[in-house]
Amino acid sequence: MQTWVLIVALLILGLAGYYLGRSRAVASADGRAASLHSVPSYYGMYVAIWAAVPGLILVLVWLSIAPIVRDNMVLSAIPPETVTAWAQEMLPADLFAAEAEAIAASGTDGLTGPQVELLMVNIVNVAAGSSFVSPTVAGILVGPAEHMNSLGELSSWGLLVIGLGLACAGLYTARRRLAPHFRARNRVESIINVFLIICSTIAILTTLGIVLSLLFESARFFGIVPIWEFLFGTQWSPQIAIRADQVGSSGAFGAIPLFVGTLLIAAIAMLVAVPVGLMSAIYLSDYAPPRVRASVKPVLEILAGIPTVVYGFFAILTVAPFIRDLGAAVGLNVSANSALAAGVVMGIMIVPFISSLSDDVINAVPQSLRDGSAALGATKSETIRQVILPAALPGIVGACLLAVSRAIGETMIVVMAAGLAANLTVNPFAAVTTVTVQIATLLVGDQEFDSAKTLSAFALGLMLFVVTLCLNVIALRVVKKYREKYD
Amino acid sequence: MTDLTHDAMAVKIGHHTSEDAQRRLRRRYAAERRFKYYGIGAICLGLGMLAILLISIGSRAIPALTQNYLTLQIEIPPEPLVASADHNYMQFVEREILSLFPEAVGDFQAQRQIMSIMPFDAAGVISERVLEDVSVLGGERIDVTLQLTDEAQAYVNGEISRSTPEADRRLTDDQMSAIDRLRDDDVIVVQDGRPVLDIAVNLPFYEVVNQSNFQSLANDALYRLFPEVEGRARRDLRAIISPGAGFELRQMILADPGLIGSSVSLEVPLSDEFDQLAKNFVDRDLPEDQRRVNDAQIAYFDGLEEAGLVTSRFNTQFFTAADSRQPELAGIWGALVGSFYTLVVTLLLSFPIGVSAAIYLEEFAPKNRLTDLIEVNINNLAAVPSIVFGLLGLAVFIQFFGLPRSAPLVGGMVLALMTLPTIIIASRAALKAVPPSIREAALGMGASRLQTVTHHVLPLAMPGILTGTIIGMAQALGETAPLLMVGMVAFITSTPEGLTSPATVLPVQIYIWSDAPERGFVAKTSLAIMTLLVFLICMNALAVWLRKRFERRW
Repeated sequence: MQTWVLIVALLILGLAGYYLGRSRAVASADGRAASLHSVPSYYGMYVAIWAAVPGLILVLVWLSIAPIVRDNMVLSAIPPETVTAWAQEMLPADLFAAEAEAIAASGTDGLTGPQVELLMVNIVNVAAGSSFVSPTVAGILVGPAEHMNSLGELSSWGLLVIGLGLACAGLYTARRRLAPHFRARNRVESIINVFLIICSTIAILTTLGIVLSLLFESARFFGIVPIWEFLFGTQWSPQIAIRADQVGSSGAFGAIPLFVGTLLIAAIAMLVAVPVGLMSAIYLSDYAPPRVRASVKPVLEILAGIPTVVYGFFAILTVAPFIRDLGAAVGLNVSANSALAAGVVMGIMIVPFISSLSDDVINAVPQSLRDGSAALGATKSETIRQVILPAALPGIVGACLLAVSRAIGETMIVVMAAGLAANLTVNPFAAVTTVTVQIATLLVGDQEFDSAKTLSAFALGLMLFVVTLCLNVIALRVVKKYREKYD
Repeated sequence: MTDLTHDAMAVKIGHHTSEDAQRRLRRRYAAERRFKYYGIGAICLGLGMLAILLISIGSRAIPALTQNYLTLQIEIPPEPLVASADHNYMQFVEREILSLFPEAVGDFQAQRQIMSIMPFDAAGVISERVLEDVSVLGGERIDVTLQLTDEAQAYVNGEISRSTPEADRRLTDDQMSAIDRLRDDDVIVVQDGRPVLDIAVNLPFYEVVNQSNFQSLANDALYRLFPEVEGRARRDLRAIISPGAGFELRQMILADPGLIGSSVSLEVPLSDEFDQLAKNFVDRDLPEDQRRVNDAQIAYFDGLEEAGLVTSRFNTQFFTAADSRQPELAGIWGALVGSFYTLVVTLLLSFPIGVSAAIYLEEFAPKNRLTDLIEVNINNLAAVPSIVFGLLGLAVFIQFFGLPRSAPLVGGMVLALMTLPTIIIASRAALKAVPPSIREAALGMGASRLQTVTHHVLPLAMPGILTGTIIGMAQALGETAPLLMVGMVAFITSTPEGLTSPATVLPVQIYIWSDAPERGFVAKTSLAIMTLLVFLICMNALAVWLRKRFERRW
């Protein structure tokens, strides 16, 4: 609440700063705006920036730091008796007995990480007055919850006061500095320049964020499961037994079946997409009359705009039953979620991708090559096969590599149409699972962050990222180089 | 002259005119035609698949447009309503009593102690009062006289006291002091020689009605239509109407309390199995154990249909409700609102950042290692699998910064990172297309570089930038995988209220429904897909229109 008040107040102060700065600049030049260094609105903007921006930055920083500080303060202030009472209520009896002494001695420090998290969740729920906590626990945690609420209150009021103070101070000092010779435009432009630079580094920060988070979590995973076992093991069953006597929960993390499954489905997809996509591109660029080209091309591109979840539903609704019935008709036993169904649908999805990229490279082949070939008496198809395709080959290969990277990273179609069981097979009628399916199923729902099961998803994500990155870098380089050759 | 013609005829049978050559030529032309047909075949395959996709999903969506309703004449007598809320009257008493003990707020132990001086069913007398006159609900406070437990009575009468040994009195010291305070406040009084609790309670209409069982009223109306059905067989009967009937009835009565005691005619939705039956999707020739409706139920239903009580109407519920476990009650409004919030966040983040980045890279950036790196980086990001962005969101936004799960805020941030490269690339192309002469003219007039960009280049590039942004937004609207990672896959039955309340989005809703075993969800999923496609087509059409309308060739 206070945060919104502050943000609105900052915006109003910024607006006020604009008019105050502008009028002061004009007044300082005795009303002759022409004698100012910059256009008056730049003076206004300068003051407005100083009034609003520091406050807004403060809000961002404060909101990301305050909850952490608050939680730490609440945790460190809980008396050991309260922790003991809570632990007695919430922890299994044997666990409580084992930890009772440590808790009584050092309060929250005697709890393990996940237990502290549970305690924190309980406190937050009690503080919010929600009904997810049993009355007994709520009674125990009233003290910490009130502490949390009062700290939260203090924090939001503090933010409001400091933010407003910062804004007023900024407005006042910036306005005082205005004078006819003040270089307002240069100041404003350099601030905007900094903003532009920050925006363009966000792309790098994103990549860095991806790499670091994947590397960090994967390192933790490889601390539990050796990297060789992950890369070359042939057994994948990530369920870890909660009880010792549970069946089929060995917790094996050999990713080979996943890699094979992914490649199998991607290969089927490429078998569908490359001929269809390439032939449509050739037809559209060299055969089709302009009217046909103008109407067919956008319609074909609709295929690229259809969300993948729709393709997934199409696969389970139409394609998979069709393939299964077809298999049954010729006496083949086709699994309900066969690799073939997922691969074919994925291939359809990739068709427009290949056709539009190939269309680009085929069109980039200079007309002189076509004319030369025609002058020698070659038919159109001979020209295409023997002149244009060889000339466009690197570009087409690049397009195919990009398409492979799409196929490997595609998630929804395989989550819906492919299986979950990690079978090590290259039979297209069997059910296989893929890297993306496993990532999605391992991470959907609630999960704890220190089990090998959850962390393995990040290791798979790292593999996926590295492979697709390599494919993309090579493909983009090939495509770019090739385009330049004929430009 | 004739010789000459003769010579020319002779030349005809040369290397290019021989029988062999003719055959080769025919073969080459045949290959040419085949090649062309391959091309046409490929295009037809692509277009055919698109057609099959749209037709197979579209045709299954049509049944979801209608929903069958059963018209029931529902009696709303006050008794069952008031009685079914019986066990809850105690809470109104509790509220009054605890207002006298402000120190017990939040202390459940103490509250329980105080309340246990009365028997559990003490509040039963209230329902009698309400039955006498329903208008006391939501009206003035009413005075009620409640029993005390035997021990409490004994204490008030002085038969036991604090000095009595604990084993004999079954009343704690705290309870005794609570009784003392209630006596001081004249809440506990002695009537006809018996100590009782005399208190005025407030009975809010909304809360009492909210806790009543309305489904049973609808069921009763159904039973009246089939008086011969009794006992366990009624289970088959009440399966005909949806659990949403009670909800609808409750909303009606909350809106108009005057309906209590009257009889209303209400159209209640059929449950999914019977909706399917009404739409003739159930094969009646199948053996009974392979159907979800048994023979008796089909007979009941046919009876209802013959009596003209089953009507089919446009399914407004689908477009106005949030998710539900019952297909006949499920709707996409919650998911649409979730999508809207998510896209707002995405747009607010990715548009300004993307355009700023494009301006910097295209107009200001010096050519050096760093800008090359940024450029390569952006191109690569555009091709990173979307699920990896989901992993990033999970690890950074949720794990590291502790932002809430399932929130449109986080979903929007993840999608913003994902669409950023698209917007940057499109914006750069649009900026590049503005001819240098415009810049040179502005610079020549003495404008600074930033002024040149903001006053001249950017407005001219705006149509292209907007087109790219809309296409990026359309991509974000259809995206599912990264949102699964940040927990937007939860089952949420309410429409999200803000950026941090749990929400789901339309593609995720489609994913959730596609997994559901109920038959009705196949049609719902298809209709949701059609809705999504309509939105996507509108956005893309807008982008095309923008491009056509404002595009300028220099």
